[in-house]
Amino acid sequence: MNHKEKKLLVRILLSIFFLIVSFIVSTNEILLFVFCFISYLLVGGEVLMKAIRNLFKGKFLDENFLMSLATVGAFVLKEYFEGVFVMLLYQIGELFQSYAVENSRKSISSLMDIRPDYANVYIGEKLKKVNPETVKVGDLIVVKAGEKIPLDGVVENGEGLIDTSALTGETVPKRVMKKSVVLSGCINKTGLLTIAVTKEFGESTVSKILDLVENASSKKAKAENFITKFAKYYTPIVVILALCLAFLPPIFVRNLTVIECVKRAMTFLVISCPCALVISVPLSFFGGIGGASKLGILVKGSSYLEALSKTKVMVFDKTGTLTKGKFSVTKVFPITISEEKLMEFAAYAELYSNHPIAQSIKDSYKKKINKDRISDVKEFSGKGVVCKVSDKEIAVGNKALMEDLAVSFSEEKNIGTTVYVAVDKKYVGYISISDQIKDEAELTIQKLRTENKIDKIVMLTGDNEEIASSVALQLGVDQYYSKLLPIDKVEKVEYLLLQKNQNTNVAFVGDGINDAPVLTRADIGIAMGALGSDAAIEAADVIIMDDDLLKINEAVSISKRTIKIVKQNIWFAIGIKVVFLILGAFGISHMLEAVFADVGVSILAILNSMRALYVKKR
Amino acid sequence: MRKNFYLKNLDCANCASRLEVAIQKLNGVKDVTVNFFTQMMRLELNDDYNDEILNELKRVCAKIEPDVVIIEK
Repeated sequence: MNHKEKKLLVRILLSIFFLIVSFIVSTNEILLFVFCFISYLLVGGEVLMKAIRNLFKGKFLDENFLMSLATVGAFVLKEYFEGVFVMLLYQIGELFQSYAVENSRKSISSLMDIRPDYANVYIGEKLKKVNPETVKVGDLIVVKAGEKIPLDGVVENGEGLIDTSALTGETVPKRVMKKSVVLSGCINKTGLLTIAVTKEFGESTVSKILDLVENASSKKAKAENFITKFAKYYTPIVVILALCLAFLPPIFVRNLTVIECVKRAMTFLVISCPCALVISVPLSFFGGIGGASKLGILVKGSSYLEALSKTKVMVFDKTGTLTKGKFSVTKVFPITISEEKLMEFAAYAELYSNHPIAQSIKDSYKKKINKDRISDVKEFSGKGVVCKVSDKEIAVGNKALMEDLAVSFSEEKNIGTTVYVAVDKKYVGYISISDQIKDEAELTIQKLRTENKIDKIVMLTGDNEEIASSVALQLGVDQYYSKLLPIDKVEKVEYLLLQKNQNTNVAFVGDGINDAPVLTRADIGIAMGALGSDAAIEAADVIIMDDDLLKINEAVSISKRTIKIVKQNIWFAIGIKVVFLILGAFGISHMLEAVFADVGVSILAILNSMRALYVKKR
Repeated sequence: MRKNFYLKNLDCANCASRLEVAIQKLNGVKDVTVNFFTQMMRLELNDDYNDEILNELKRVCAKIEPDVVIIEK
């Protein structure tokens, strides 16, 4: 509880005390009035002051004015208890509301608690704490165990485990050592790290993320704009209705007094306050965005959260998104020699090549290569390599190379790339290399269908038909397109956008490396593995910080849940208000119930919207 | 030109949205968002703005929510 709330609490308690005293002395009219009046001023003095102040500024119909009018009215009619009660209830409600808002603010700001306060820099011999904003690129900073890494950089000295959960939601710490790249916002768990700064504070990961989260609310969702528009028309309509209610019935209905009708009109006005909606709807969105960020999912605005919840078609890029984007040896098929020998020849021949396929063969060979045994290396671009290893001539390459060398071989139909190996112009076997599907890819697609009712899952790839169809079959996507250039991918997404139903959305998931145009074109662009990639953060609407595909499903789940909470709040608040408005108009519910309804609805709606903040951590 | 302000004592969501609407109408303001929960106001000004607009801002703010103190960040 803050200072302001504490003061209010004390006044409420004192006011209750004087109210009890007035009960005791209620037989004496004058004493009763005096104690009730003291009680009233204690709890409502501030409201009265505000109402008078606002009146001078030409602001009539705010809550303060309505409450003052209603309670002063009660005093004039000598209903002292009612006057105090109404004000007391109103203030207790305000206190609760303020407390609930304060609490939500705290939970939200604790999410954003990744801003580093200082950086340790050597000034002369001494280690000093300085503002991270003053540290320049190339400076050395020291991060002790338990401290936040304040700026992006490269480890210069030391090793340790770092906790990246604030950025990625990943709870398993990551090991870093000399030359490892570290990002600001991570926490150093063990060891002492000396880091050479590579980015200034404003450009560092932590600043970018904070900027995104803090400004997320500037992209308003339709539901939020609806509330603003609603309030615009709602207030004048309610005021006109209240005026009618006060002055029309006494003319037409015989036994209704003007006083009774004015009372009803005021009750009506108190109920009509749209507070519950105005607070709870943005709070729900804010909670949803905050909750997602706990999992390492950044949503750039509430409008995107809303759009994500309406996703029916999900388009995935293949390489780097559904697959690991890393080539590795998946099959070694020797014919005349041993498997080991085949790998050895291939690895030796590819030693000097930088081609990704050569790289993956060398990675999978693992043994040390004796450079002296290799001579006469000739690389044929787009075909392969021919060289001498010891006294043998080794040829490693594709079909075209084998044909050029007039080696007789049997062509293999494999998924991925096939590398043929010939020794002294004799075919000895082949190695098959392909990209691997991510472990969680299939499960993600299943979950998207079952948990989040995604109708259609489409895969796009620049790879050939065989690879595409094999991956598509394994994952069980509904549709795939192969041999696409980046520009074709935009075209396919545009085609899907044309086909869709108006109220549904097409999302595109990519790694953000060369699919920025597609990310922007789709209704929702989701970038994967974006940590450290500025282009992806720029182009996408939803950003998954690490490579975990399951988080896409979680992001959709969070969006749906948030929208559900928003809708609950809208219907609940409007529903209760309408009921009480009608009851108030006919004089069935009075001021006390009106205040109760108004404040109660607000608090319940706030509590409900806070649910959006709590997401399950895996 | 983008400026960020901290709105101290902003404790009414309705006022926050009223504040937003009023500031949006000021001359020289390109875009404004008032975030009730972070108590932050993000102001996007036209490039040829002058300091007069900041006084204007304070005036509008004092009219709608007298308790709020605008602190530039």
